Amino acid sequence: MKIDYKAVGLRCGLEIHQMLDTEHKLFCSCPTDLRRESGDYTFLRWLRPTRSEVGEMDPAARFEFEKGVHFLYEGYHQNTCLVEMDEEPPHDMNREALELALKFSLLVNGHPVDEIYTMRKIVIDGSNTTGFQRTALVSLGGEVYVDGKRVGIQTVCLEEDAARRIGEERESRRVHYRLDRLGVPLIEVATAPDIVTPEEARAVAHRIGLLLRSLGRVKRGLGSIRQDLNVSIRGGAKIEIKGVQYLDLIPRIIEYEVLRQLRLLEIRDELRKRGVREEELPFTPVDVSEVFARTKSKIARRALGKGGVALALRLKGFSGLLGREIQPGRRLGTELADRARYWAEVGGLFHSDELPKYGISEEEVEAVKGMLGCGEGDAFVLVFDERSRAEKALRAAWERAVEALHGVPEETRGANPDGTTRFLRPRPGSARMYPETDIRPIRVTQEYLEKLRSDLPEKPEAVWRKLVEKYKLSKELASEVFNSPYLYLFEELVEELDVQPSLAAATLTNTLKSLAREGVPVENLTEERIKEALRLVSRGKVAKEALPELLSAAAETPERSIEDIIEEKGLSTLSLSELEKIIDDVIAGNREAIEERGERAFGLLMGRVMAKVRGKVDGKVVAEKLRAKLTAYLSSRGRA
Amino acid sequence: MSAENYGESVKNLLEASGVEVFDEVLVETSDGVRLKGVLMPRPEVGDPEVLVLKLENGYNIGIHVDRVSSIKSVGRREPAPLVELTLPRGVEKLPKVYFIGTGGTIASRIDYKTGAVYPFFSAEEIYSMVPELEEIAYIRAETLFSIFSEDMTPRHWQKLAERVAEVYRKEAPRGIVVAHGTDTMHYSAAALGFALRSAPGPVVFVGAQRSSDRPSSDSAFNVIGAVVAAIEAPFAESVIAMHGSVSDDVILVHRGVKARKMHTSRRDAFMSINALPLAEVELPSRRFRLLASKYRARRDEVEVKPRFSEKVALLKYYPGMDPSHLEWVIENGYRGVVLEGTGLGHVGSRLHGAVRRAVKEGLIVVMASQCIWGRINMNVYRTGVELLRAGVIPAGDMTPETAYVKLSWVLGQTDDVEEAVKLFEENLSGEYEERSEYRVYPGARWWA
Repeated sequence: MKIDYKAVGLRCGLEIHQMLDTEHKLFCSCPTDLRRESGDYTFLRWLRPTRSEVGEMDPAARFEFEKGVHFLYEGYHQNTCLVEMDEEPPHDMNREALELALKFSLLVNGHPVDEIYTMRKIVIDGSNTTGFQRTALVSLGGEVYVDGKRVGIQTVCLEEDAARRIGEERESRRVHYRLDRLGVPLIEVATAPDIVTPEEARAVAHRIGLLLRSLGRVKRGLGSIRQDLNVSIRGGAKIEIKGVQYLDLIPRIIEYEVLRQLRLLEIRDELRKRGVREEELPFTPVDVSEVFARTKSKIARRALGKGGVALALRLKGFSGLLGREIQPGRRLGTELADRARYWAEVGGLFHSDELPKYGISEEEVEAVKGMLGCGEGDAFVLVFDERSRAEKALRAAWERAVEALHGVPEETRGANPDGTTRFLRPRPGSARMYPETDIRPIRVTQEYLEKLRSDLPEKPEAVWRKLVEKYKLSKELASEVFNSPYLYLFEELVEELDVQPSLAAATLTNTLKSLAREGVPVENLTEERIKEALRLVSRGKVAKEALPELLSAAAETPERSIEDIIEEKGLSTLSLSELEKIIDDVIAGNREAIEERGERAFGLLMGRVMAKVRGKVDGKVVAEKLRAKLTAYLSSRGRA
Repeated sequence: MSAENYGESVKNLLEASGVEVFDEVLVETSDGVRLKGVLMPRPEVGDPEVLVLKLENGYNIGIHVDRVSSIKSVGRREPAPLVELTLPRGVEKLPKVYFIGTGGTIASRIDYKTGAVYPFFSAEEIYSMVPELEEIAYIRAETLFSIFSEDMTPRHWQKLAERVAEVYRKEAPRGIVVAHGTDTMHYSAAALGFALRSAPGPVVFVGAQRSSDRPSSDSAFNVIGAVVAAIEAPFAESVIAMHGSVSDDVILVHRGVKARKMHTSRRDAFMSINALPLAEVELPSRRFRLLASKYRARRDEVEVKPRFSEKVALLKYYPGMDPSHLEWVIENGYRGVVLEGTGLGHVGSRLHGAVRRAVKEGLIVVMASQCIWGRINMNVYRTGVELLRAGVIPAGDMTPETAYVKLSWVLGQTDDVEEAVKLFEENLSGEYEERSEYRVYPGARWWA
């Protein structure tokens, strides 16, 4: 389906989080490098929802706490200290990070505030040991331009990154986190909802990413920049989509979200047309266990066998709508099931539009309908579980069904790898923020800003010109490098490692792209490993012809070192004497042909030599050496 | 709310524009930024000529007065009225635990609109902060003082001891919990250890190393541990219940006279010195486990001896210390002094004359060790022998702080020096161990 985004009134804003590569974390002196292995020590914590002034607790927070959710943290002697453990008050804000945030603000014509206050934003999913994220608003306003269009910047904030969730023990409700990432500084850039097409969103995200990378001391590579999208259409709702890691996925996510909202509005209209009203959707679940006494459904048998029940709820007027697709592979029924999973941790929620299926028979469906008193246009949802949990699940699904009468419910959603989204949590009310009293406010003077203004990095356009003028790339290749995530890596390769500009550019664009097309997981390639491979090429240790094979293996087996791969695959360059010996052998083995053809035997010999050394020596070098050896051979024979 | 802490220029601007603190305001700056937010009170730190605004997105920011081209009030954001909570139903049937507040906060609420943190100390708020208590205890609570723990004095110890006795007599709780700032908690706990001679239940001191306004506060688990100990402990001693590790997995119950705050910030800051804790409470199971075999048991009789002398000093010896410090103590009417000496119990020979003079003038001079761990022994080196001969009384394996509290209490009981010395040398409340067990010192290779 082709969507006219102007007609549906798409409005989209971005929130971009960029990890900084500062020497220290934001509120302590730990380094900011990330770890792969498990921690050196662990500790166990619970987080309690705090009460607001009116005695309220955040419902999602209270829910998690009452479920008994708690957290096992892994710390590192080298990477985390008592600050990350919430065993020591934070130190002063990292000035290096603050300087980067202020410079970014100046790059986008923002207006830095005169005094910066660090706030505590309540987050009790365990990703922060304190139960809040420390965040500070650094600057207001500003703009970026994409293809001549102005997109406003609302705020630039400096905040601490969260701990990394690495798993969960479901039975004991224990969530595992590693603390290496906690406290790494992040710049958060929020745009105004000025974006009106999916492609524009990608372009704006790329533009902001470029400006951030132009600051120099920012982290690069997968996970170092994360985008959240706020998407709404006319008549729909503002939906926050979290954690988009790939730029190229942005347009599809927006397209699918617009599609979802359009379909939900259609469902709302259909329900209205059918005259379904909220009063006719009471929450009156019915125990239908008797229907499934001799069922073939494994899920039903398992649940009932453990003393559970089959609980069903009639949804008047919903027939055909629960099965209606709202995103590729996702139906309204999926949205109900998402909620049931979140609030009651019930895996299987069945709805009448998808039945009979999953071992549930036609007769059983009819019997349930009978017990619920379902009429022609009615649907039902059904769950098998322990009674209180089943009831909770049905209630959550029912609440989502009622929301369908009103169109698109406001919620926070998570991006799936295919561009669809899933329910993550209810949209939080107003931000629960209060001042971090352990950190003094920071005065930003005009003199300080002037000093930073005189030390801003060159704009990305200047770098583009450099690609063409200094590095002599063709305009096409220069544009490709510019639009890839590797612009700044390119410069480092050329400037620091002395890699030929054309080789660096071709590797970062064509080589990686064609590997990706072949299905090589190039996202596994860190910049460090690409650098290492090209360093070896520029030092003559590996022929450039071997690069695709080397990078491919490096991507397939991220745990192996580049050197090991070279060793194992025999990719190392031959030494000159080794090459000469091979040429001598080939000449000796083809005397007859040489006798016959003289200099014209070159082509044949070249082919034989290359067959032995391809990927290990530059062809030009082989030709040169062979030519010299052949000439020498012919003339020595002549003299003999 | 006045504009106190704001500078003259801000005050003038606010007055001229008819704006007050907590007004909702529209601000325009000279560089064209338009802001909507609530004008906040100025914190004491920072630049007084910077206006603090809370924006609608929740962030506080500062805008310098020189940058403001206009400010006008468009409404008012009063701090929200605090909603009263009610006691959970049915708790009256549970064992009664009486909370006495001295200034440490256990429960607090945050006004997210203004960022204000309100500390609370009512039974209702304690239940609301720690809902687990609804299954454990019938909580009653009162605030006795609202002071920082560093402002505690021997006079406060006396009032607290008197109030504890009164509560046991009149309210007959199963146990008493005292909420206290952690900095001087071990002094107060030791003081109650000496003052309360007999009681029907324990006095359990509790506090928090991380403030109660944050979700990660140790307050709630410490309180649970304290309440469980108040109910289940067979002993009727003054104790401290705080985290036993950096995890929320065990609350240790330390004998007040043996406890010491050993870390500035960690939640397991409290340790028993030269002793093991009396008990522990496992989390989240709330299982109480007695570790000690010797303790003062619960007794029906309430007996309190609440007087403390305020004329006792605690002096830490350091290399190069001038005797005038000790002389000042002698000349200013002090009746006792605890010297925190080096090693086994020494001070430099420059001080020996002043020590002899102090004893001659009728002061009780006690020697404790700045090593914290280990026992005083003044027979090993000549210095020690000389000090003993001068009349110095060794504090055994007591911490300097406990020795100080004990001497203050002893001199609150009697004016007679000889009697006081005799009393000091008695083991009054388990503050003194005859045996130095191997396991009571963590060892220098504690990490290995």
